[in-house]
Amino acid sequence: MTKHATPLLDQLESGPWPSFVSDIKQEAEARAKNPKGLDYQIPADCPDDLLGVLELSYAEKETHWKHGGIVGVFGYGGGVIGRYCDQPEKFPGVAHFHTMRVAQPAGKYYNTKFLRDLCDIWDLRGSGITNMHGSTGDIVLLGTQTPQLEEIFYELTHNMNVDLGGSGSNLRTPEACLGQSRCEYACYNAQDLCYQLTQDYQDELHRPAFPYKFKFKFDACPNGCVCAMARSDFAVVGTWKDDIKIDQEKVKAYAGGVLKPNAGAHSGRDWGKFDLQKEVVERCPSRCMKWDGSKLSIVTAGCVRCMHCINTMPQALRIGDERGASILVGAKAPVVDGSQMGSLLVPFVKVEPPYDEVKEVIEKIWDWWMEEGKNRERVGETMKRLSFQKLLEVTDIPASACHVKEPRSNPYIFFKEDEVPGGWSHDLAAYRNRHQR
Amino acid sequence: MVDKDVVVDFLNSKSGSKTKFYFNDFTALFPNKGPREVKKILTALVNEEVLEFWSSGSTTMYGLKGAGKQSHAEGES
Repeated sequence: MTKHATPLLDQLESGPWPSFVSDIKQEAEARAKNPKGLDYQIPADCPDDLLGVLELSYAEKETHWKHGGIVGVFGYGGGVIGRYCDQPEKFPGVAHFHTMRVAQPAGKYYNTKFLRDLCDIWDLRGSGITNMHGSTGDIVLLGTQTPQLEEIFYELTHNMNVDLGGSGSNLRTPEACLGQSRCEYACYNAQDLCYQLTQDYQDELHRPAFPYKFKFKFDACPNGCVCAMARSDFAVVGTWKDDIKIDQEKVKAYAGGVLKPNAGAHSGRDWGKFDLQKEVVERCPSRCMKWDGSKLSIVTAGCVRCMHCINTMPQALRIGDERGASILVGAKAPVVDGSQMGSLLVPFVKVEPPYDEVKEVIEKIWDWWMEEGKNRERVGETMKRLSFQKLLEVTDIPASACHVKEPRSNPYIFFKEDEVPGGWSHDLAAYRNRHQR
Repeated sequence: MVDKDVVVDFLNSKSGSKTKFYFNDFTALFPNKGPREVKKILTALVNEEVLEFWSSGSTTMYGLKGAGKQSHAEGES
């Protein structure tokens, strides 16, 4: 028997998908039984009260959570988010229900010991409820009280060798795709870059000095498995400069039906015979491919790295050898201003340890944004407000054709004095000599 | 005046109306210093437990330790 009647939540369980309601009920039951005999450090019935407060907010169509507070661990300005319920008498188990963010390992590789140890800490000192993982990628531990925070932090850092993640106006926990650990498309070591920058920018991660949040994400190829260019302020997306490598014999094998397209994916139904012309060449967004029935050719200058041909025929086509990354800046979700995709800032950069080329760009952007950004303004909004041209200027990147988003609609060009030969000064007497009043 | 005192005096002067401030509010106090230098002053004050962070989850602010609404006001002791 659950503590609160939850008819609206119960209905959610009837859907065909896994239900968070069932999960919370399961946790509530487990905590009530307490099979390990734990001395729970926060109310044992907090999952029941969590269901109760959620049911109430569904019924009233209003939230009962307040957020924000002075919760945190000593010296850190992020990683803990204070949550308070505005109906503490009805739901004492979740009166204080703070969230902790824990940095996930690059590529989210875990062993079972790590996960068990994490759950042991959280069963004892928290609600037992986790969110694996939050939107930014962190391990999210949902629901604890202030006196537990330092204890949990000590155990995480000393026994599990893992740190708190970012929240607030900090650098948020960086995130990378699986990269070279599993993927043949990886153009650089995204996991290593993610790890190195996490280490190098510890101060920015834990001690806020930004106008608002700042996110790094690292995609090792343009398939973009962590969607860096759509959801991070600073996206590093793998790319290559030279030609896509073509194995013509394998191309013929795909065309002849010997090899399965998309490495056998989408094989749940009969799509008919693979048609290379229709499914690859004509799908190329920049029309840079040609297939004459025996030879496939690609004009590299026209390739926009959409990855479709490589994904469709992975054995025949491979990424080039001159590898690095593109840097895009300013993606964000809609809050102050509308949502934005990242804008290409650096078309190609070598991504090799110690990653000085990448760090140089990051630090120039930070210096500018910390100085010019308004409170609660993301770098994408600062960029939009002060112009992309200004961003190019502060990052010392010469403008090039790939920075152009659309033909300009404003016919005026404003030159600076140093851009004009001779500057603004001119010889008035010589001018009057040539032009009478 | 010592840099730390500038910060503390500023916060005391505002204590009647506001208790929490954005990072940018402090950079304005030091027009000749860059944001990184200001951050060092604030970090030192946090480590000395003169200042404390306040976070909404999405935005972080700084305030004098103990000033404004505290966790015990939310029923936490």
